[in-house]
Amino acid sequence: MTALLSECRPLVGNDQPLLQATGLSKFFGPRVGCQDVSLEVHEGEVIAVVGESGSGKSTLLLLLSTQQLPSSGSISCRMRDGVTRDLFRLTEAERRHLLRTDWGFVHQDARLGLRMGVSAGGNVGERLMAVGWRHYGKIRAEAQAWLERVEIATDRMDDRPDTFSGGMRQRLQVAKNMVTHPRLVFMDEPTGGLDVSVQARVLDLIRSFVSDYGLAAVIVTHDLAIARLLSHRILVMRQGRVIENGLTDQVLDDPREPYTQLLVSSILQT
Amino acid sequence: MSANSAYNFAYLDEQTKRMIRRAILKAIAIPGYQVPFASREMPMPYGWGTGGVQVTAAVLGANDVLKVIDQGADDTTNAVSIRKFFEKTAGVATTTRTRDATIIQTRHRIPEAQLSEEQILVYQVPIPEPLRFLEPREPETRRMHALEDYGLMHVKLYEDIARHGHIATTYAYPVKVDGRYVMDPSPTPKFDNPKMDDCPALQLFGAGREKRIYALPPYTCVVSLDFEDHPFERTPIAAKCELCGADSAFLDEIVTDDQGGRMFVCSDTDYCESRRGEASP
Repeated sequence: MTALLSECRPLVGNDQPLLQATGLSKFFGPRVGCQDVSLEVHEGEVIAVVGESGSGKSTLLLLLSTQQLPSSGSISCRMRDGVTRDLFRLTEAERRHLLRTDWGFVHQDARLGLRMGVSAGGNVGERLMAVGWRHYGKIRAEAQAWLERVEIATDRMDDRPDTFSGGMRQRLQVAKNMVTHPRLVFMDEPTGGLDVSVQARVLDLIRSFVSDYGLAAVIVTHDLAIARLLSHRILVMRQGRVIENGLTDQVLDDPREPYTQLLVSSILQT
Repeated sequence: MSANSAYNFAYLDEQTKRMIRRAILKAIAIPGYQVPFASREMPMPYGWGTGGVQVTAAVLGANDVLKVIDQGADDTTNAVSIRKFFEKTAGVATTTRTRDATIIQTRHRIPEAQLSEEQILVYQVPIPEPLRFLEPREPETRRMHALEDYGLMHVKLYEDIARHGHIATTYAYPVKVDGRYVMDPSPTPKFDNPKMDDCPALQLFGAGREKRIYALPPYTCVVSLDFEDHPFERTPIAAKCELCGADSAFLDEIVTDDQGGRMFVCSDTDYCESRRGEASP
Protein backbone atom coordinates (compact mmCIF):
# COMPACT_ATOMS: atom_id res chain seq x y z
CA MET A 1 0.00 0.00 0.00
CA THR A 2 2.70 2.45 0.94
CA ALA A 3 4.65 1.44 -2.11
CA LEU A 4 1.62 2.17 -4.23
CA LEU A 5 1.13 5.55 -2.60
CA SER A 6 4.68 6.63 -3.10
CA GLU A 7 4.43 5.64 -6.73
CA CYS A 8 1.37 7.71 -7.51
CA ARG A 9 1.72 10.69 -5.22
CA PRO A 10 2.81 13.84 -7.03
CA LEU A 11 6.13 14.92 -5.63
CA VAL A 12 6.70 18.62 -5.42
CA GLY A 13 9.75 20.78 -5.19
CA ASN A 14 13.30 20.05 -6.17
CA ASP A 15 14.06 17.83 -3.18
CA GLN A 16 12.89 14.80 -5.07
CA PRO A 17 15.42 13.34 -7.47
CA LEU A 18 14.76 13.60 -11.17
CA LEU A 19 16.01 10.09 -11.70
CA GLN A 20 16.49 7.41 -9.10
CA ALA A 21 18.06 4.04 -9.77
CA THR A 22 18.28 1.33 -7.15
CA GLY A 23 20.22 -1.90 -7.26
CA LEU A 24 20.79 -1.91 -11.03
CA SER A 25 22.52 -5.01 -12.30
CA LYS A 26 23.09 -6.27 -15.79
CA PHE A 27 24.53 -9.64 -16.64
CA PHE A 28 25.44 -10.85 -20.09
CA GLY A 29 25.33 -14.57 -19.40
CA PRO A 30 28.08 -15.18 -16.88
CA ARG A 31 29.68 -11.80 -17.60
CA VAL A 32 28.94 -8.83 -15.42
CA GLY A 33 27.92 -5.61 -17.18
CA CYS A 34 27.32 -3.71 -14.00
CA GLN A 35 26.30 -4.82 -10.56
CA ASP A 36 24.18 -3.31 -7.83
CA VAL A 37 24.46 0.33 -8.85
CA SER A 38 22.26 2.86 -7.11
CA LEU A 39 22.21 6.52 -7.97
CA GLU A 40 20.14 9.67 -7.79
CA VAL A 41 20.18 12.59 -10.17
CA HIS A 42 18.67 15.87 -9.06
CA GLU A 43 17.58 18.74 -11.23
CA GLY A 44 20.48 20.80 -12.57
CA GLU A 45 23.02 18.30 -11.32
CA VAL A 46 25.84 16.87 -13.40
CA ILE A 47 27.14 13.44 -12.50
CA ALA A 48 30.26 12.00 -14.02
CA VAL A 49 30.78 8.28 -14.29
CA VAL A 50 34.47 7.46 -14.60
CA GLY A 51 36.48 4.30 -14.81
CA GLU A 52 38.64 2.36 -17.24
CA SER A 53 37.27 0.71 -20.39
CA GLY A 54 35.15 -2.29 -19.61
CA SER A 55 34.27 -1.06 -16.15
CA GLY A 56 30.56 -0.92 -16.98
CA LYS A 57 30.16 2.83 -17.55
CA SER A 58 28.44 2.60 -20.88
CA THR A 59 26.28 -0.34 -19.79
CA LEU A 60 25.11 1.74 -16.85
CA LEU A 61 24.24 4.60 -19.17
CA LEU A 62 22.26 2.31 -21.46
CA LEU A 63 20.35 0.97 -18.47
CA LEU A 64 19.63 4.42 -17.06
CA SER A 65 18.38 5.65 -20.40
CA THR A 66 16.14 2.54 -20.70
CA GLN A 67 17.82 1.44 -23.91
CA GLN A 68 18.59 -1.88 -22.26
CA LEU A 69 16.65 -3.81 -19.69
CA PRO A 70 18.49 -4.47 -16.42
CA SER A 71 18.73 -8.00 -15.05
CA SER A 72 17.50 -6.61 -11.74
CA GLY A 73 16.88 -3.29 -10.08
CA SER A 74 14.54 -0.42 -10.81
CA ILE A 75 14.61 3.10 -12.17
CA SER A 76 12.04 5.77 -11.50
CA CYS A 77 11.83 9.19 -12.98
CA ARG A 78 9.99 12.36 -12.02
CA MET A 79 8.07 13.35 -15.13
CA ARG A 80 7.13 16.85 -16.22
CA ASP A 81 3.75 16.49 -14.51
CA GLY A 82 5.58 16.03 -11.21
CA VAL A 83 4.66 12.37 -10.84
CA THR A 84 7.43 9.88 -10.24
CA ARG A 85 6.99 6.74 -12.32
CA ASP A 86 8.73 3.41 -12.66
CA LEU A 87 10.37 3.59 -16.07
CA PHE A 88 10.02 -0.08 -16.85
CA ARG A 89 6.28 0.12 -16.39
CA LEU A 90 5.88 2.79 -19.07
CA THR A 91 4.42 1.69 -22.35
CA GLU A 92 6.78 1.70 -25.31
CA ALA A 93 5.06 4.82 -26.69
CA GLU A 94 5.47 6.69 -23.39
CA ARG A 95 9.09 5.61 -23.15
CA ARG A 96 9.84 6.87 -26.63
CA HIS A 97 8.08 10.12 -25.93
CA LEU A 98 10.15 10.58 -22.78
CA LEU A 99 13.37 9.83 -24.64
CA ARG A 100 12.74 12.44 -27.26
CA THR A 101 11.24 15.21 -25.18
CA ASP A 102 12.36 15.27 -21.58
CA TRP A 103 15.57 13.36 -22.15
CA GLY A 104 18.51 13.49 -24.50
CA PHE A 105 21.32 11.14 -25.40
CA VAL A 106 24.62 12.32 -26.82
CA HIS A 107 26.66 9.50 -28.31
CA GLN A 108 30.39 9.41 -28.59
CA ASP A 109 30.03 8.53 -32.26
CA ALA A 110 27.89 11.27 -33.76
CA ARG A 111 26.80 8.89 -36.48
CA LEU A 112 24.72 6.99 -33.94
CA GLY A 113 22.95 10.13 -32.78
CA LEU A 114 22.47 11.91 -36.09
CA ARG A 115 20.91 11.00 -39.38
CA MET A 116 23.86 11.45 -41.66
CA GLY A 117 21.75 11.63 -44.80
CA VAL A 118 19.48 14.36 -43.46
CA SER A 119 20.44 18.06 -43.35
CA ALA A 120 21.51 19.67 -40.07
CA GLY A 121 18.20 21.56 -39.91
CA GLY A 122 16.27 18.36 -40.50
CA ASN A 123 18.20 16.62 -37.76
CA VAL A 124 17.34 19.30 -35.24
CA GLY A 125 13.77 19.54 -36.50
CA GLU A 126 13.15 15.80 -36.28
CA ARG A 127 12.30 15.87 -32.58
CA LEU A 128 9.92 18.77 -33.11
CA MET A 129 8.15 16.94 -35.93
CA ALA A 130 7.99 13.82 -33.79
CA VAL A 131 6.09 15.71 -31.12
CA GLY A 132 3.64 17.07 -33.65
CA TRP A 133 5.05 20.29 -35.12
CA ARG A 134 3.62 20.65 -38.60
CA HIS A 135 4.57 24.18 -39.60
CA TYR A 136 7.67 24.22 -41.77
CA GLY A 137 8.52 27.88 -41.10
CA LYS A 138 8.32 27.48 -37.34
CA ILE A 139 10.32 24.24 -37.31
CA ARG A 140 12.98 25.88 -39.42
CA ALA A 141 13.16 28.99 -37.27
CA GLU A 142 13.49 26.93 -34.11
CA ALA A 143 16.15 24.70 -35.66
CA GLN A 144 18.06 27.75 -36.82
CA ALA A 145 17.95 29.33 -33.37
CA TRP A 146 19.43 26.18 -31.87
CA LEU A 147 22.12 25.89 -34.51
CA GLU A 148 23.14 29.45 -33.72
CA ARG A 149 23.29 28.59 -30.05
CA VAL A 150 25.75 25.79 -30.77
CA GLU A 151 27.71 28.06 -33.13
CA ILE A 152 26.89 26.32 -36.38
CA ALA A 153 26.71 28.91 -39.15
CA THR A 154 23.25 29.43 -40.64
CA ASP A 155 24.53 28.77 -44.13
CA ARG A 156 25.44 25.22 -43.11
CA MET A 157 21.88 24.52 -42.03
CA ASP A 158 20.96 22.65 -45.20
CA ASP A 159 24.22 20.71 -45.38
CA ARG A 160 24.34 17.12 -44.31
CA PRO A 161 26.31 16.23 -41.18
CA ASP A 162 28.61 13.97 -43.16
CA THR A 163 30.12 17.19 -44.52
CA PHE A 164 30.75 18.46 -40.97
CA SER A 165 33.89 18.19 -38.88
CA GLY A 166 33.90 16.04 -35.75
CA GLY A 167 33.41 19.00 -33.42
CA MET A 168 30.54 20.39 -35.50
CA ARG A 169 28.84 17.00 -35.53
CA GLN A 170 29.08 16.82 -31.78
CA ARG A 171 27.67 20.32 -31.37
CA LEU A 172 24.90 19.45 -33.82
CA GLN A 173 24.12 16.40 -31.72
CA VAL A 174 23.84 18.60 -28.65
CA ALA A 175 21.49 20.98 -30.49
CA LYS A 176 19.38 18.09 -31.71
CA ASN A 177 18.94 16.93 -28.13
CA MET A 178 18.34 20.37 -26.63
CA VAL A 179 15.61 21.51 -29.01
CA THR A 180 12.80 20.05 -26.90
CA HIS A 181 14.29 21.50 -23.69
CA PRO A 182 15.07 18.21 -22.00
CA ARG A 183 15.67 18.12 -18.28
CA LEU A 184 18.12 15.24 -18.34
CA VAL A 185 20.77 14.41 -20.89
CA PHE A 186 22.91 11.28 -20.98
CA MET A 187 26.30 11.65 -22.58
CA ASP A 188 28.66 8.87 -23.52
CA GLU A 189 32.16 10.30 -23.94
CA PRO A 190 30.78 13.43 -25.65
CA THR A 191 34.24 14.70 -26.52
CA GLY A 192 35.94 11.41 -27.28
CA GLY A 193 38.21 11.64 -30.29
CA LEU A 194 38.11 15.43 -30.55
CA ASP A 195 41.23 17.54 -30.34
CA VAL A 196 41.72 19.70 -27.29
CA SER A 197 40.53 23.08 -28.60
CA VAL A 198 37.44 21.53 -30.17
CA GLN A 199 36.82 19.62 -26.95
CA ALA A 200 36.88 22.88 -25.06
CA ARG A 201 34.14 24.40 -27.22
CA VAL A 202 31.88 21.38 -26.80
CA LEU A 203 32.49 21.37 -23.05
CA ASP A 204 31.77 25.10 -22.83
CA LEU A 205 28.54 24.51 -24.64
CA ILE A 206 27.45 21.73 -22.30
CA ARG A 207 28.41 23.84 -19.32
CA SER A 208 26.42 26.82 -20.52
CA PHE A 209 23.32 24.67 -21.11
CA VAL A 210 23.65 23.26 -17.62
CA SER A 211 23.74 26.72 -16.10
CA ASP A 212 21.23 28.41 -18.46
CA TYR A 213 18.58 25.72 -18.60
CA GLY A 214 19.10 23.91 -15.30
CA LEU A 215 19.91 20.80 -17.28
CA ALA A 216 20.82 17.64 -15.39
CA ALA A 217 23.32 15.31 -17.00
CA VAL A 218 24.94 11.95 -16.54
CA ILE A 219 28.27 11.99 -18.34
CA VAL A 220 30.34 8.91 -18.94
CA THR A 221 33.98 9.72 -19.46
CA HIS A 222 37.39 8.26 -18.89
CA ASP A 223 38.86 11.75 -18.78
CA LEU A 224 39.11 12.96 -15.18
CA ALA A 225 39.79 16.52 -16.29
CA ILE A 226 36.39 16.61 -18.00
CA ALA A 227 34.78 15.14 -14.93
CA ARG A 228 36.35 17.85 -12.80
CA LEU A 229 35.33 20.60 -15.19
CA LEU A 230 31.70 19.60 -15.67
CA SER A 231 30.43 17.51 -12.84
CA HIS A 232 29.18 18.14 -9.34
CA ARG A 233 29.35 14.54 -8.27
CA ILE A 234 31.39 11.63 -9.48
CA LEU A 235 30.99 7.85 -9.55
CA VAL A 236 34.06 5.71 -9.92
CA MET A 237 33.39 2.31 -11.45
CA ARG A 238 35.48 -0.79 -11.57
CA GLN A 239 34.53 -4.26 -12.74
CA GLY A 240 30.88 -3.31 -12.92
CA ARG A 241 30.61 -1.90 -9.42
CA VAL A 242 30.64 1.64 -8.10
CA ILE A 243 33.64 1.65 -5.79
CA GLU A 244 33.58 5.27 -4.78
CA ASN A 245 31.25 8.20 -5.14
CA GLY A 246 31.01 11.70 -3.75
CA LEU A 247 31.55 15.34 -4.59
CA THR A 248 33.86 15.64 -7.57
CA ASP A 249 36.48 17.84 -5.95
CA GLN A 250 36.52 15.71 -2.85
CA VAL A 251 36.94 12.44 -4.69
CA LEU A 252 39.57 13.76 -7.07
CA ASP A 253 41.57 15.66 -4.46
CA ASP A 254 41.34 13.09 -1.75
CA PRO A 255 40.58 9.67 -3.22
CA ARG A 256 39.91 6.94 -0.70
CA GLU A 257 40.03 3.77 -2.76
CA PRO A 258 43.38 2.53 -4.01
CA TYR A 259 41.97 2.20 -7.52
CA THR A 260 40.75 5.81 -7.52
CA GLN A 261 44.12 6.89 -6.22
CA LEU A 262 45.70 5.06 -9.12
CA LEU A 263 43.34 6.73 -11.60
CA VAL A 264 44.00 10.19 -10.22
CA SER A 265 47.72 9.68 -10.11
CA SER A 266 47.69 8.44 -13.72
CA ILE A 267 46.80 11.92 -15.01
CA LEU A 268 49.71 13.35 -16.94
CA GLN A 269 51.10 16.26 -15.02
CA THR A 270 52.11 19.26 -17.06
CA MET B 1 -12.43 -17.87 -74.68
CA SER B 2 -12.43 -20.84 -72.35
CA ALA B 3 -9.90 -21.42 -69.64
CA ASN B 4 -7.03 -23.78 -70.28
CA SER B 5 -7.96 -26.81 -68.19
CA ALA B 6 -4.34 -27.52 -67.34
CA TYR B 7 -4.53 -24.70 -64.83
CA ASN B 8 -6.70 -24.23 -61.79
CA PHE B 9 -9.03 -21.24 -62.19
CA ALA B 10 -6.86 -18.09 -62.19
CA TYR B 11 -3.63 -20.11 -61.94
CA LEU B 12 -3.29 -20.27 -58.12
CA ASP B 13 -4.59 -23.32 -56.23
CA GLU B 14 -7.65 -22.86 -54.05
CA GLN B 15 -5.79 -23.04 -50.72
CA THR B 16 -3.42 -20.28 -51.79
CA LYS B 17 -6.33 -18.13 -52.89
CA ARG B 18 -8.01 -18.67 -49.52
CA MET B 19 -4.81 -17.66 -47.75
CA ILE B 20 -4.59 -14.49 -49.83
CA ARG B 21 -8.28 -13.73 -49.26
CA ARG B 22 -7.75 -14.00 -45.51
CA ALA B 23 -4.90 -11.49 -45.78
CA ILE B 24 -7.11 -9.22 -47.89
CA LEU B 25 -9.94 -9.38 -45.36
CA LYS B 26 -7.56 -8.46 -42.58
CA ALA B 27 -6.14 -5.64 -44.68
CA ILE B 28 -9.63 -4.27 -45.30
CA ALA B 29 -10.39 -4.48 -41.59
CA ILE B 30 -7.30 -2.40 -40.75
CA PRO B 31 -7.07 0.19 -43.54
CA GLY B 32 -3.50 1.02 -44.49
CA TYR B 33 -1.92 -1.73 -42.38
CA GLN B 34 0.53 -4.00 -44.20
CA VAL B 35 -0.56 -7.61 -43.76
CA PRO B 36 2.14 -10.23 -44.35
CA PHE B 37 1.12 -13.08 -46.63
CA ALA B 38 2.80 -16.17 -48.07
CA SER B 39 3.56 -14.76 -51.49
CA ARG B 40 3.98 -17.43 -54.17
CA GLU B 41 6.33 -17.76 -57.07
CA MET B 42 4.49 -16.55 -60.13
CA PRO B 43 5.40 -17.26 -63.75
CA MET B 44 6.85 -13.78 -64.16
CA PRO B 45 9.78 -11.98 -62.55
CA TYR B 46 9.48 -9.99 -59.34
CA GLY B 47 8.84 -6.38 -60.16
CA TRP B 48 6.45 -7.28 -62.95
CA GLY B 49 3.41 -7.29 -60.73
CA THR B 50 3.55 -10.62 -58.92
CA GLY B 51 1.79 -9.10 -55.91
CA GLY B 52 -0.96 -7.52 -57.95
CA VAL B 53 -1.46 -10.71 -59.96
CA GLN B 54 -1.87 -12.81 -56.81
CA VAL B 55 -4.41 -10.36 -55.37
CA THR B 56 -6.29 -10.30 -58.67
CA ALA B 57 -6.26 -14.11 -58.85
CA ALA B 58 -7.67 -14.31 -55.33
CA VAL B 59 -10.57 -11.91 -55.93
CA LEU B 60 -11.34 -12.88 -59.53
CA GLY B 61 -14.64 -14.65 -60.24
CA ALA B 62 -15.82 -16.30 -63.45
CA ASN B 63 -18.14 -13.38 -64.25
CA ASP B 64 -15.63 -10.63 -63.65
CA VAL B 65 -14.41 -8.37 -66.41
CA LEU B 66 -10.73 -7.58 -66.10
CA LYS B 67 -8.83 -4.51 -67.19
CA VAL B 68 -5.07 -4.19 -66.76
CA ILE B 69 -3.16 -0.96 -67.14
CA ASP B 70 0.50 -0.12 -67.02
CA GLN B 71 1.18 3.60 -66.43
CA GLY B 72 -2.39 4.22 -67.53
CA ALA B 73 -2.01 2.39 -70.82
CA ASP B 74 -3.82 -0.81 -71.82
CA ASP B 75 -1.43 -1.64 -74.63
CA THR B 76 1.98 -1.86 -72.99
CA THR B 77 3.83 -5.13 -72.50
CA ASN B 78 3.09 -5.64 -68.84
CA ALA B 79 -0.60 -4.87 -69.21
CA VAL B 80 -1.01 -7.05 -72.29
CA SER B 81 0.74 -10.05 -70.79
CA ILE B 82 -1.12 -9.95 -67.49
CA ARG B 83 -4.43 -9.62 -69.36
CA LYS B 84 -3.48 -12.59 -71.56
CA PHE B 85 -2.38 -14.52 -68.48
CA PHE B 86 -5.84 -14.31 -66.94
CA GLU B 87 -7.57 -14.92 -70.27
CA LYS B 88 -5.63 -18.13 -70.49
CA THR B 89 -5.78 -19.33 -66.89
CA ALA B 90 -9.22 -18.08 -65.83
CA GLY B 91 -11.04 -17.57 -69.10
CA VAL B 92 -12.53 -14.33 -67.86
CA ALA B 93 -13.66 -11.54 -70.14
CA THR B 94 -11.22 -8.66 -70.46
CA THR B 95 -11.73 -5.11 -71.53
CA THR B 96 -9.85 -1.88 -71.96
CA ARG B 97 -12.84 0.28 -71.01
CA THR B 98 -12.66 1.51 -67.44
CA ARG B 99 -16.41 1.64 -66.88
CA ASP B 100 -16.99 -1.93 -68.14
CA ALA B 101 -14.37 -3.48 -65.87
CA THR B 102 -15.17 -5.00 -62.47
CA ILE B 103 -11.52 -5.52 -61.56
CA ILE B 104 -8.78 -3.17 -62.69
CA GLN B 105 -5.20 -4.16 -62.04
CA THR B 106 -2.92 -1.18 -62.27
CA ARG B 107 0.72 -0.38 -62.25
CA HIS B 108 1.13 3.15 -60.97
CA ARG B 109 -1.93 5.00 -62.23
CA ILE B 110 -5.53 5.46 -61.18
CA PRO B 111 -7.87 5.75 -64.16
CA GLU B 112 -9.16 9.25 -64.93
CA ALA B 113 -12.77 8.04 -65.04
CA GLN B 114 -14.66 7.98 -61.76
CA LEU B 115 -14.66 4.48 -60.29
CA SER B 116 -17.79 2.88 -58.85
CA GLU B 117 -18.75 0.73 -55.88
CA GLU B 118 -18.89 -2.32 -58.15
CA GLN B 119 -15.23 -2.07 -59.00
CA ILE B 120 -12.00 -3.25 -57.37
CA LEU B 121 -8.73 -1.51 -58.10
CA VAL B 122 -5.66 -3.74 -57.60
CA TYR B 123 -2.28 -2.02 -57.33
CA GLN B 124 1.08 -3.60 -58.04
CA VAL B 125 3.42 -2.43 -55.30
CA PRO B 126 7.22 -2.67 -55.44
CA ILE B 127 8.02 -1.30 -51.96
CA PRO B 128 5.11 -1.23 -49.51
CA GLU B 129 7.01 0.37 -46.63
CA PRO B 130 6.82 4.19 -46.75
CA LEU B 131 9.51 4.46 -44.06
CA ARG B 132 11.97 2.15 -45.81
CA PHE B 133 14.40 4.76 -47.08
CA LEU B 134 14.35 6.65 -43.80
CA GLU B 135 14.69 3.64 -41.51
CA PRO B 136 16.12 0.52 -43.10
CA ARG B 137 15.37 -1.86 -40.21
CA GLU B 138 12.11 -3.70 -40.81
CA PRO B 139 11.45 -4.55 -37.11
CA GLU B 140 11.92 -0.87 -36.28
CA THR B 141 9.57 0.37 -39.02
CA ARG B 142 6.92 -2.08 -37.86
CA ARG B 143 7.30 -0.79 -34.32
CA MET B 144 7.01 2.75 -35.64
CA HIS B 145 3.73 1.86 -37.35
CA ALA B 146 2.48 0.18 -34.20
CA LEU B 147 3.27 3.23 -32.07
CA GLU B 148 2.12 5.71 -34.72
CA ASP B 149 5.63 7.13 -34.55
CA TYR B 150 5.61 9.05 -37.81
CA GLY B 151 7.76 12.12 -37.15
CA LEU B 152 10.36 10.74 -39.51
CA MET B 153 8.00 10.88 -42.47
CA HIS B 154 7.82 14.64 -42.10
CA VAL B 155 11.62 14.83 -41.95
CA LYS B 156 11.62 13.63 -45.54
CA LEU B 157 9.16 16.34 -46.57
CA TYR B 158 11.17 18.90 -44.58
CA GLU B 159 14.28 17.90 -46.50
CA ASP B 160 12.43 18.37 -49.78
CA ILE B 161 11.43 21.90 -48.91
CA ALA B 162 14.86 22.78 -47.52
CA ARG B 163 16.52 21.56 -50.70
CA HIS B 164 14.02 22.47 -53.41
CA GLY B 165 11.81 25.13 -51.85
CA HIS B 166 8.74 22.93 -52.17
CA ILE B 167 7.77 19.32 -51.54
CA ALA B 168 9.51 17.72 -54.49
CA THR B 169 8.17 14.20 -53.98
CA THR B 170 6.08 13.60 -57.07
CA TYR B 171 5.28 9.91 -56.83
CA ALA B 172 4.88 7.42 -53.98
CA TYR B 173 3.73 10.44 -52.02
CA PRO B 174 2.96 9.23 -48.46
CA VAL B 175 -0.62 9.34 -47.22
CA LYS B 176 -2.28 8.88 -43.87
CA VAL B 177 -5.15 6.43 -43.95
CA ASP B 178 -8.22 6.87 -41.78
CA GLY B 179 -6.22 9.03 -39.36
CA ARG B 180 -4.01 6.13 -38.36
CA TYR B 181 -1.53 4.35 -40.67
CA VAL B 182 0.91 6.06 -42.97
CA MET B 183 0.83 4.24 -46.29
CA ASP B 184 2.81 4.21 -49.51
CA PRO B 185 0.28 4.56 -52.32
CA SER B 186 2.68 2.57 -54.57
CA PRO B 187 4.59 4.72 -57.05
CA THR B 188 1.50 6.41 -58.46
CA PRO B 189 2.06 10.06 -59.37
CA LYS B 190 0.91 12.34 -56.56
CA PHE B 191 -1.54 13.71 -59.12
CA ASP B 192 -3.61 10.60 -58.37
CA ASN B 193 -3.47 10.90 -54.56
CA PRO B 194 -6.72 12.87 -54.22
CA LYS B 195 -8.54 10.12 -56.17
CA MET B 196 -7.79 7.64 -53.38
CA ASP B 197 -9.66 9.69 -50.83
CA ASP B 198 -13.31 8.76 -50.37
CA CYS B 199 -13.12 6.47 -53.40
CA PRO B 200 -16.25 4.31 -53.94
CA ALA B 201 -14.19 1.39 -55.26
CA LEU B 202 -12.31 -1.08 -53.08
CA GLN B 203 -8.57 -0.54 -53.44
CA LEU B 204 -6.20 -3.47 -52.84
CA PHE B 205 -2.41 -3.32 -52.83
CA GLY B 206 -0.21 -6.36 -53.42
CA ALA B 207 3.57 -6.50 -53.02
CA GLY B 208 4.79 -9.91 -54.16
CA ARG B 209 8.49 -9.72 -53.48
CA GLU B 210 7.94 -7.98 -50.13
CA LYS B 211 5.05 -10.33 -49.25
CA ARG B 212 2.63 -7.65 -48.07
CA ILE B 213 -0.99 -6.85 -48.80
CA TYR B 214 -2.78 -3.70 -47.73
CA ALA B 215 -6.10 -2.14 -48.59
CA LEU B 216 -8.35 0.88 -48.64
CA PRO B 217 -12.01 0.00 -48.09
CA PRO B 218 -14.52 2.08 -50.10
CA TYR B 219 -14.96 5.65 -48.88
CA THR B 220 -11.84 5.68 -46.70
CA CYS B 221 -10.36 9.00 -45.67
CA VAL B 222 -6.91 9.29 -47.30
CA VAL B 223 -4.89 12.42 -46.55
CA SER B 224 -1.60 13.31 -48.23
CA LEU B 225 0.99 14.38 -45.64
CA ASP B 226 2.10 18.00 -45.71
CA PHE B 227 3.01 21.05 -43.63
CA GLU B 228 0.58 23.76 -42.57
CA ASP B 229 2.54 26.35 -44.53
CA HIS B 230 3.36 23.99 -47.41
CA PRO B 231 0.08 22.22 -48.11
CA PHE B 232 -0.16 19.24 -50.47
CA GLU B 233 -0.55 20.30 -54.06
CA ARG B 234 -1.68 18.15 -56.93
CA THR B 235 0.80 18.25 -59.79
CA PRO B 236 -0.42 21.06 -62.04
CA ILE B 237 -1.01 20.03 -65.64
CA ALA B 238 0.45 22.75 -67.84
CA ALA B 239 -0.34 21.29 -71.24
CA LYS B 240 -3.25 19.82 -73.18
CA CYS B 241 -3.42 16.32 -74.60
CA GLU B 242 -2.56 16.69 -78.28
CA LEU B 243 -4.85 13.85 -79.26
CA CYS B 244 -8.05 14.54 -77.33
CA GLY B 245 -7.52 18.05 -75.99
CA ALA B 246 -7.98 17.11 -72.32
CA ASP B 247 -6.53 19.82 -70.08
CA SER B 248 -6.86 18.22 -66.67
CA ALA B 249 -5.62 14.68 -67.28
CA PHE B 250 -2.21 13.28 -66.39
CA LEU B 251 -0.02 13.48 -69.49
CA ASP B 252 2.88 11.49 -70.91
CA GLU B 253 5.58 13.29 -72.83
CA ILE B 254 6.40 11.34 -75.97
CA VAL B 255 9.51 11.98 -78.00
CA THR B 256 8.48 11.80 -81.64
CA ASP B 257 11.78 12.15 -83.51
CA ASP B 258 15.43 12.87 -82.94
CA GLN B 259 15.00 16.57 -83.79
CA GLY B 260 13.65 17.44 -80.36
CA GLY B 261 10.06 16.90 -81.39
CA ARG B 262 7.72 15.85 -78.63
CA MET B 263 4.07 15.68 -77.85
CA PHE B 264 1.94 15.42 -74.73
CA VAL B 265 -0.76 12.77 -74.64
CA CYS B 266 -3.04 11.36 -71.96
CA SER B 267 -1.38 8.64 -69.92
CA ASP B 268 -4.80 6.98 -69.53
CA THR B 269 -5.32 5.52 -73.02
CA ASP B 270 -8.95 4.52 -72.44
CA TYR B 271 -9.82 8.01 -71.24
CA CYS B 272 -8.17 9.53 -74.28
CA GLU B 273 -9.84 7.14 -76.72
CA SER B 274 -13.31 7.62 -75.28
CA ARG B 275 -12.86 11.38 -75.42
CA ARG B 276 -12.00 11.04 -79.08
CA GLY B 277 -15.16 8.99 -79.53
CA GLU B 278 -13.36 6.01 -80.92
CA ALA B 279 -13.28 3.69 -77.90
CA SER B 280 -13.13 0.14 -79.11
CA PRO B 281 -16.54 -1.54 -78.84
